[in-house]
Amino acid sequence: MALITCKNLSFAYENQLVIDNLSFEVKTGEYLCIVGENGTGKTTLMKGLLALKKPTKGEILTGDGLRADQIGYLPQQTPSQKDFPASVMEVVLSGCLNKKSFSPFYSKEDKEKAKANMELLGIWDKKKECYKDLSGGYKQRVLLARALCATSKMLLLDEPTTGLDPVAIIDFYETLRELNRKHGITVIMVSHDIKEAVKQADHVLHLTQDSYFFGTTKEYIKSNLGKEFLGGYENVG
Amino acid sequence: MWDDLIQMFSYPFMTRALIVGILVSLCAAVLGVTLVLKRYSMIGDGLSHVGFGALAVAAAFHIAPLYLAIPVVFVAALVLLRISENSKIKGDAAIALFSTSALAIGVMIVSMTSGMNADLNNYMFGSILAMSEEDVRLSVILTLAVLVLYVLFYHKIFAVTFDETFAKATGVKVELYRTVLAFLIAITIVLGMRMMGALLISSLIIFPALTAMRVCKDFKSVIICSLILAMVSFTLGLALSYFLATPTGASIVVVDMVFFLFFFIAGRKQG
Ligand SMILES: Nc1ncnc2c1ncn2[C@@H]1O[C@H](COP(=O)(O)OP(=O)(O)O)[C@@H](O)[C@H]1O
Ligand SMILES: [Mg+2]
Repeated sequence: MALITCKNLSFAYENQLVIDNLSFEVKTGEYLCIVGENGTGKTTLMKGLLALKKPTKGEILTGDGLRADQIGYLPQQTPSQKDFPASVMEVVLSGCLNKKSFSPFYSKEDKEKAKANMELLGIWDKKKECYKDLSGGYKQRVLLARALCATSKMLLLDEPTTGLDPVAIIDFYETLRELNRKHGITVIMVSHDIKEAVKQADHVLHLTQDSYFFGTTKEYIKSNLGKEFLGGYENVG
Repeated sequence: MWDDLIQMFSYPFMTRALIVGILVSLCAAVLGVTLVLKRYSMIGDGLSHVGFGALAVAAAFHIAPLYLAIPVVFVAALVLLRISENSKIKGDAAIALFSTSALAIGVMIVSMTSGMNADLNNYMFGSILAMSEEDVRLSVILTLAVLVLYVLFYHKIFAVTFDETFAKATGVKVELYRTVLAFLIAITIVLGMRMMGALLISSLIIFPALTAMRVCKDFKSVIICSLILAMVSFTLGLALSYFLATPTGASIVVVDMVFFLFFFIAGRKQG
């Protein structure tokens, strides 16, 4: 069974239909990119996958023993975090909260896990620094480390490269690919950069105003929609 | 000077004021950090007006003031904390709506019944020195409960304050903690009104957090710094009001202001 199966999903805000009759599935270890123009419902779909928003129709099934709270999430940055006083360590550790419903303190395992994830992402030496003073690229690494504390199975990312400089973007994609390939973490990423998405992912879900495409990257490149949006972009590794 | 201080605390009402005042200040300070960071600074102000309305009703119908005010303010806090997310009415407008409505109801009831009695006056302008022993006992129990609950929920409150969506997505029971927070805020506001008055209570909530954030860089040190600031400003403010015979609430706010300016300059220098 697939990790996540979506069957005939529809989402609406106050009767305004945003997504209609969408079906797709993601298997363990896959890398899916969700692309589409602004307002086509990518963020809405993310919220649906995270069980933050109920579909008006259809269902989302999880398999392979995935629990709803085992999904690591990288949200679009909220403005109030701009001047939030928090150390890197505090932010990363807060990803560990989902496993304990009652214990008021972090356990030794939590701290070790946070350390391991920070080392993996190269931010352990920044653990005492203030989150708000970091560069955009490091901020995303901190949030990624936090997400990894919440899950070792699946990451959802909503336009994670917005506001990063080009070097940081390349770096970030590299890191994600490594997490996917080496550590077997399933990745679902929303992106508005279709060309980059095609390079990174093995599956593509392209949302448009009234329909959608879902398939492997190879199929996508050959499809009409893919051809139209990639505009003759050929050499895909 | 020293003799004056010793003399000051030889009055039992001053000792009582000091104990309750410090405890309420500590509660307000920790909750203030979350409220300021979540852009809910004005919630304290709005809730104190709701509290005033509730107290007016309690006075008119001869109900024990705290037993009516705390639940009413709790419900108002819950509504205001929720309203910001699925809002047709914006959060700040909702606060203004609540606070003016409650104030109007309070004023109507006061003028239709006995008029402004002494008790109500105390809540409007604050009179910590007029607290009865019963008041003191209840305040101590409630504030200690607030502080203990805060410590128990500290990490969750941090997570929900920093990033509510992430917390919710990873299975933290955001609704539960919001309710806990509303409960803690309600108790603190209603008790704080007695000492600061409905007009100045939000200063207890906002000042320590804002001052601490000028210089502290992580959440834990902001909390600890706010706690110390709250304690020191209350004590100095109380002493000031004793020696200058000025109202306690206003004296505390003046001390808060001085600290804020001091930290503001220090924060600028630090860069
Ligand atoms: N909270 C909301 N209330 C009402 N409409 C919304 C809300 N969030 C998004 N929408 C609408 O739903 C559509 C899809 O939005 P979104 O999922 O954010 O798209 P995307 O992330 O692809 O840019 C948009 O037309 C937007 O106006
Ligand atoms: Mg979006």
